[in-house]
Amino acid sequence: MTERLAVNKTYKQFIGGAFERSESGRSYPVVGAGGELLAHAVQGSRKDVRDAVAAARSAQGGWAGRTAYNRGQILYRVAEVMESRRDEFAAEVARAGDGCDHSAAAAETAAAIDRWVWYAGWADKFATVLGGVNPVAGPYFNLSVPEPVGVVGIVAPDEPPLLPLVSRLAPVIVSGNTAVVLASERGPLAAVTLAETLALSDVLAGVVNIITGRRDELVPPLADHAAVDSLDISGCDSQQSANAARQAAATITRVVSASAAEQQWAAEAAQSPYLIDAFCETKTVWHPKGR
Amino acid sequence: MSDLLAVGVPAHTADAVAGVRITPVDAVGLEQRAAALCTRSIKSSSKQAALDLAIRVMDLTTLEGADTAARVQALCARARRPDAGDWSVPPVAAVCVYPELAPVAVDALAGSSVAVASVAGGFPAGLAPLESRLAEIAWAVAAGAGEVDIVLNRSAFLSGRYQQAYDEIVAAKQACGSAHLKVILETGELGAYDQIRRASMLAMVAGADFIKTSTGKIGASSTPATALCMAEAIRDMAEQTGRVVGLKLAGGIRTAKQAWHYQVIVGETLGLGWLTPERFRLGASSLLNDVLMQRAKLRDGRYQRREDFSVD
Repeated sequence: MTERLAVNKTYKQFIGGAFERSESGRSYPVVGAGGELLAHAVQGSRKDVRDAVAAARSAQGGWAGRTAYNRGQILYRVAEVMESRRDEFAAEVARAGDGCDHSAAAAETAAAIDRWVWYAGWADKFATVLGGVNPVAGPYFNLSVPEPVGVVGIVAPDEPPLLPLVSRLAPVIVSGNTAVVLASERGPLAAVTLAETLALSDVLAGVVNIITGRRDELVPPLADHAAVDSLDISGCDSQQSANAARQAAATITRVVSASAAEQQWAAEAAQSPYLIDAFCETKTVWHPKGR
Repeated sequence: MSDLLAVGVPAHTADAVAGVRITPVDAVGLEQRAAALCTRSIKSSSKQAALDLAIRVMDLTTLEGADTAARVQALCARARRPDAGDWSVPPVAAVCVYPELAPVAVDALAGSSVAVASVAGGFPAGLAPLESRLAEIAWAVAAGAGEVDIVLNRSAFLSGRYQQAYDEIVAAKQACGSAHLKVILETGELGAYDQIRRASMLAMVAGADFIKTSTGKIGASSTPATALCMAEAIRDMAEQTGRVVGLKLAGGIRTAKQAWHYQVIVGETLGLGWLTPERFRLGASSLLNDVLMQRAKLRDGRYQRREDFSVD
């Protein structure tokens, strides 16, 4: 029997529910801990960022319009689909960046899956916990409700490749935001595989868009884009953070970054309903109560 | 034109209309050339000019059953000054409305360079009785419309009754008087590029000042290939008879990128002399906002937010 030819996966970007190469046609080599070539990933351009933001913008109304219960079901579905591909995720995590042994990679994958489940549970509860009825000095019902800000740009932390990405993404989309994610520059492969599970999980097209490529090239157009309502710069270095914050301010974009406690990715502190709140705007309504 | 008709040649055959030759279309070549022209990259120094031209040749259109006088007045205000915050933006070429609202547009645009175009002649099907179609055209012109957009009688054309389709356009041209006549071919209903070219020739020989792709009322709309096909027909017409006819592209043109692709197609096929409001129009309702967004992108260097531009 002749030897089988290798069938290698092309790791593409995920924009508007489709897996696409870059508008620029470029790619870059992704290497493992030992310097070996793992794959070529798409090297996205500012136009890919623009297209991803447009996709996120048009998907936002429909996603926020889903019932909270339905969004919870869909997030849980992401966990289900990831669970059935645990080994593939673990293998990708083990090879990425500085690398880690298989048991550590399996633990990170399991933690990422559990994180989806945790936020899925919050979908129809966070509004009750973060909002509520306020006591006011008059005959009014005074209600506060957290609402999604809109489109959120997420610069995912570089290392490790999977758990931090999920930890930042899940609290953003659970409330009805849509996201444009810049995947880890060193280890983008797990992010693309995550996109494949999102595409199978009833997450609406355009709710999560994943761009791979060079941070220095991709962060400025994302931070500068007027249609991005909030920006998570957890994965930026200090220089990128300073520039991104300045650009974001020009279009009144809220900037969020993971605290030191939140960066203990496997710990309990990395997941919190207040992270959902960070990407919500509180709407307060006064309603006459009568006597 | 009249001499061509007067010498007694048949008004139409399979390959000629009133003596003007109609060459067959190479569909594959046409689509490839159109696609190639649409990959032309426009450098940012040219982009500004392309965007301004897109505005200057735009027929800002509202053709909804729900149109009101107030809506048309708002549209006219945008036509005069497309961006209230930036006075360097030129006015559009014309505002295109239904006949009943033409007087409103005429009032709202008085004193400006913006023309009033009215659809007429049983738009969008063109199957009202001929008398009522002609009366509608005359009414629109009397109401002050300087340009009239009518539809080709596709029922007659597709049945092979070319003479009837031709005669109706001739009659419409008479009813127009001094107003400009644009003939909509509704290319999405013609079925083949050969038919589009034949319809283009027929409309031009019959007296159309402009030929136009679509009503925007059916799913199939203007495409690069149909635009190229019609531009080539106009070029043939000019070469064979010396008559200059304009091209109006309408239906499905929503982005600035499409607008400059069409400019490349027209410029490459007909020459830069055609890239003026007298010979080239883009009929659109939602295109203006995208052009303004791209213009602001060039000015500020950052991608814009659709919500910051007007709703209509």
